Amino acid sequence: MRDVGIHILLLLLLPPLLPGVIGKTKAFFAGRVGPPLLQPYYDILKLMRKGSVFSVTTTWVFCAGPVVGLATALLAGLLVPFGGHRAPLSFPGDMILFAYLFALGRFFTAAAALDTGSAFEGMGAARELTFACLAEPALLFGMLVLAKLSDSLSLTGMLAGGYPLELGVTAPALVLVAASLFLVLLAENSRIPFDDPNTHLELTMIHEVMVLDHSGPAFGLIEYGATMKLMVTGAVWLRVAMPNAAADSWLGWILFLAGLLGLAVVIGVVESVMARFRMVVVPTFLVAACLLSAFGMVLLVR
Amino acid sequence: MQTWVDAVLVLVLLLNFMALSAGRLRTLIRAVTVQGVLLGLLLALARGKWELTVLVMAGATVILKGMVIPRMLFHAVREVVIHRETEPVFGLMASMLLGASGTVMALLFSGTLPVVHGNIGSLVAPAALSTVLAGFLILMTRREAIAQVVGYLILENGVFVFGLLLMEAIPFLIELGVLLDLFVAIFVMGIIIHKISREYSSVSTRMLSELKE
Amino acid sequence: MVWLLILIPLGFGLAAALVSSNRWRPWLVTAGGLAHLVWTGWSLFGGLKPALAGWLALDPPGRIVLGLVSVLFAVCSLYAPGYLAERRERSNRVFCACLLGMLSMMTLVILSQHLGLLWVAVEATTLAAAPLLYFNHTPRSLEATWKYLLIGSVGIALALLGTFFMAYAGLGAGEEPTLLFGDLAVLAPRLSTPWLHAAFVLLLVGYGTKMGLAPMHTWKPDAYGEAPGIAGALLSGGVTSCAFLAILRLYRICRNTSEAAFASHALILMGLLSMAVAAVFVIRQRDFKRMLAYSSVEHMGVLALGTGLGGLALAGALLHVITNGITKGVMFLAAGNIHRSYGSKWTEDVQGAIRRLPWSGSLFLAGFLMVTGSPPGGPFRSLFGILQGALQGGHTAIAISFLVLLAVVFIGMGTTVLRVVQGAPALSPDPAGSREKACLVVPILLLAGLSLWLGIYLPAPVEQWLQGAADFLEVVPS
Repeated sequence: MRDVGIHILLLLLLPPLLPGVIGKTKAFFAGRVGPPLLQPYYDILKLMRKGSVFSVTTTWVFCAGPVVGLATALLAGLLVPFGGHRAPLSFPGDMILFAYLFALGRFFTAAAALDTGSAFEGMGAARELTFACLAEPALLFGMLVLAKLSDSLSLTGMLAGGYPLELGVTAPALVLVAASLFLVLLAENSRIPFDDPNTHLELTMIHEVMVLDHSGPAFGLIEYGATMKLMVTGAVWLRVAMPNAAADSWLGWILFLAGLLGLAVVIGVVESVMARFRMVVVPTFLVAACLLSAFGMVLLVR
Repeated sequence: MQTWVDAVLVLVLLLNFMALSAGRLRTLIRAVTVQGVLLGLLLALARGKWELTVLVMAGATVILKGMVIPRMLFHAVREVVIHRETEPVFGLMASMLLGASGTVMALLFSGTLPVVHGNIGSLVAPAALSTVLAGFLILMTRREAIAQVVGYLILENGVFVFGLLLMEAIPFLIELGVLLDLFVAIFVMGIIIHKISREYSSVSTRMLSELKE
Repeated sequence: MVWLLILIPLGFGLAAALVSSNRWRPWLVTAGGLAHLVWTGWSLFGGLKPALAGWLALDPPGRIVLGLVSVLFAVCSLYAPGYLAERRERSNRVFCACLLGMLSMMTLVILSQHLGLLWVAVEATTLAAAPLLYFNHTPRSLEATWKYLLIGSVGIALALLGTFFMAYAGLGAGEEPTLLFGDLAVLAPRLSTPWLHAAFVLLLVGYGTKMGLAPMHTWKPDAYGEAPGIAGALLSGGVTSCAFLAILRLYRICRNTSEAAFASHALILMGLLSMAVAAVFVIRQRDFKRMLAYSSVEHMGVLALGTGLGGLALAGALLHVITNGITKGVMFLAAGNIHRSYGSKWTEDVQGAIRRLPWSGSLFLAGFLMVTGSPPGGPFRSLFGILQGALQGGHTAIAISFLVLLAVVFIGMGTTVLRVVQGAPALSPDPAGSREKACLVVPILLLAGLSLWLGIYLPAPVEQWLQGAADFLEVVPS
C-alpha cells in the first residue's frame, strides 16, 4: 500500500521536473544559467490560471485531445512498475494495453489538430502518425523480447528483472532492445534529434505544430501529459537498461529517482551534442530502431 | 570465450546494418574499419589460447583491415571524391530492410546445416552468411566505386568470420596469403578508382556504361 | 624441382620489373616463356616429385593444363616483342612483369593440391591480369578492368567461402583436418553432406565466374573486347583453363559422394546455358573481339558439359581444354593484328582483312573454322568426342541441343568473321598499317599448325596423358 501511494504521488508530481533537468543540462552545455529547475511547474500553473480561446470551427474533439492525452499517460503510468516495485495495476497482457494507450492518446491529439482545419496542423499530424507507425513496431518488438526473457505477459513481470544474463545471447538482446527503446523514447517524446521541442512555427517540426491552437488550461494539460509520458517511457527504459537493480524497498525508490534524473541528464547531453536530423532521415532511424529490437528478438528465439 | 565470441559477432552484425544504412562514404568506411578491428579481436577470442601464430594473425588482421585499408579508402575519399554522399539505387530504408531479411534468412538457413565439429559460439555461421549477404547488397546497390570496394570488403569479412570455425584446419600460411591477396586486391582497386576519378572526375560507376550489348 | 616451374617466370618477371630498357624488356618475356617451356617439357616427360608435404604436385589433369599453358605462353612470348615494338609509345614495364607474374601464378594454380593454396593462386592470377587489361589506358579499358576486377574478386570471395565450407565438411570426417585434394577425394564419402553440397555450389559459382560460365560471364566480353590480343589469348586459353582445372578437382571429390548426380546435373545445365547465352549474343555481333569473348563463353560451356556427362565426353572435354586453348590463341592474336591495322574493332570499319593483311586475315578465318569445330582442326576431334560421349551415355536430347547450339554459333560467328575477312578494304591500303611483320605472324602460324596437327594426329604421349587424366577423374579413389 505504501508503494502504491508513493507510485501515484511520484506519477503526479515528478514529471515536470524532468524537462527542468533537461533544460538545466542544456543550459550548462551552452554556458548559460538557464531557467530554474522548477520552471515547467511554473509554466503549467501559469497556463492553468489563464483563460481559453476556442476557434469557432472546432468541436468537442478539440477539447477531448488534451484530456485524453493526459488520461492515457496517467493510465499508462499506472501500468508501469517504477523501480523494482509492483505497478498499481497489472494483469497478463497489459503490455498491449500500454502500447495502445499511447496510440489512443496520439490519435486524439492528431484528431484535435485536424479538427482545427489548419493545413499547418494537419501537416504536423501527418508527420506524427507516420513516424509513430515506425516507432510502435520497435516498441512492440522490444516488449516481445522482454516477454520472452521473463516468461511473463504483464509489464510488472516483464520489468521485474532477475532473469539470467548470458553474455552470448540474452545480454546482447537486452542491449539491443535498450538501444532501440532509447530511440523510441526520444522519438515518442519529440526530443532532438527527431524533433525539437523548443521550436515553434518552423516547417520541420512535428509535435509542437499539432498543439499550436490550444491555449490556457488545455495547453497546460498537454504540457503536463507530455512530461508524464516522458516519465513513463523513461521508467520503462530504466528497467530495461538496469534490469537487475531490484531493490524492493526505500533503496529501490531512491535508485529509481536517481536513474530517472540521470536519464534526463543523458537526454540533455544528447540534445546538446546532436543536431536535429533532416526530416527525410528520421524514418531511417526509426526503422533502424525496429531492426535493432527485431534483431534482439531473433537472437533470443533462434 | 564462446559467449564473448557471440557478443562480438552481434556487434559485427550491427555494423552491417550501419553500413547498409550509411548515407555518407565516410560512415561506410568507418563501419568497415570497426568491423575489421573486431575481426582481429574475434580471431584472438575464438582460439582462446594466446599462441604466437594466432597473435600474429590477429595483429595482421587489425593492422590491415583496421588501419591500412581504411586509410587508403579515406585517402581516396579525400583526394578524389567530389560527391561524398552515397545512396543505394532504391533508398536507404529498403536497403536496411533487405539486409534484415537477409540476416533472418541466414539464421534460418544455417539452422539447417549440421554442427560438425567443436562448436565455438552458435552465431558464427549465421553471422558469416548474413555478413556475406550484406556485402553483396552493398556491392549491388551502390554506384560509387569506393562504396563497392567497401561492399567487397564486408563480403570478405563474412568469409573471414566463417574461417573462425576452421582455426585448426586452415594453416597459418594460407590465412596470411588470403589477407595478402585481399590487400593487393584493394590496392589495385584503389589505383583504378584513382584512374576513374581522373578520367571522369567522379567515382560513380554510372559513368562506366559504355560497354554493353 | 616443382619450385623451379613457379620461380622461373617469377624471377624473369622481377627482372622485367627492374630492367630499364623499354626495347629489351620484352625479350625477357620470351626468355621466361621459353625457359618455362623447357622446364615443363622436362617435368612432363621426366616426372616431378611432390614438394611441401604434398601441397605442390602434378596430378594427371594438371599435366594437360600445364602443357597447354606453357606452350601457349611460349608462343605468345614470341609474339610479345614484336607487338610491344609496335607500342613503343608506352612503357611496357608493368605489362611484361604482369605477363610473367601471371604465368607463375597459373603454374601455381596447376601445381597446388591444396584448396587454400589454389584459391590464393587463382586470386593472384586475377590481380596479375588486371594491369594487362588496362594496357591501352582508354576509358573503355578502364571500365573493362573495373568490371573484371570487381566481378572476379567477388566470385573468388565466394569460392573462398566454399573452400571454408569444404574444410568444415571435412572436420568431422578425418582424424587430421585436411584440405588436400587427394585426401578429400578419399575422405569424400564421410564428408558432411549438407556442407559439401553448399561448398560445391559456392565453389562452382566462384571458379565458374573465373572460368566465365554463364550467367557469371558478364565480365568476359568487356575484358576480352578491350584487352590487347595477347592478354586475351592468355586469359581465354590459360586462366580460364586453370579455373576449369579447379572445377575438375572439385568434381573428382564429388564423384565419390551422394553429390555426384547433383554435380553432373549442375555442370551440364551450366554448360548448356553458357552455350545458349553465347549463341544468342554472338549473332549480329558487330565487335569482332567481343565475338571472341562469347566464343570463349561457349567453349567454357562445352568443357562444363563434357565434364558433367562423364565417360567419353570427359575425355573429350580434357582434349578440348588443349585444342580450344590453342585455337583461341590463334584467333585472339590474329584479331589483335587486324584491330591494330584498322584502328577499329567494329565490322563497319573493318572489311577486306584478307586483302590488306593476307596472313592475319586468313589465319583469323582458319581459326574461326577450327574453333567452331570444322574438320580437320583440333577442336573438331574434341567436340566430336564429347558428342560421342553424350550419345553413348544415352543423352540424346543433350546431344541434339549441343549440335544445334554449335551450329547457331557457327552461323553467328561466321557472319561476323566473313564480314571482317571478305570484301574490299574501305580505306586505301595504308602502307604502314598493312605491312605484316614476320614476328607477328609466325607465332600465330605455329599455333594454327599445332591445332591442325592435334586434329589430324594425336601424339602418343598426349593420348597417354589424356587417358591418365580421364582415369584419374573417373575412377573412384579409395
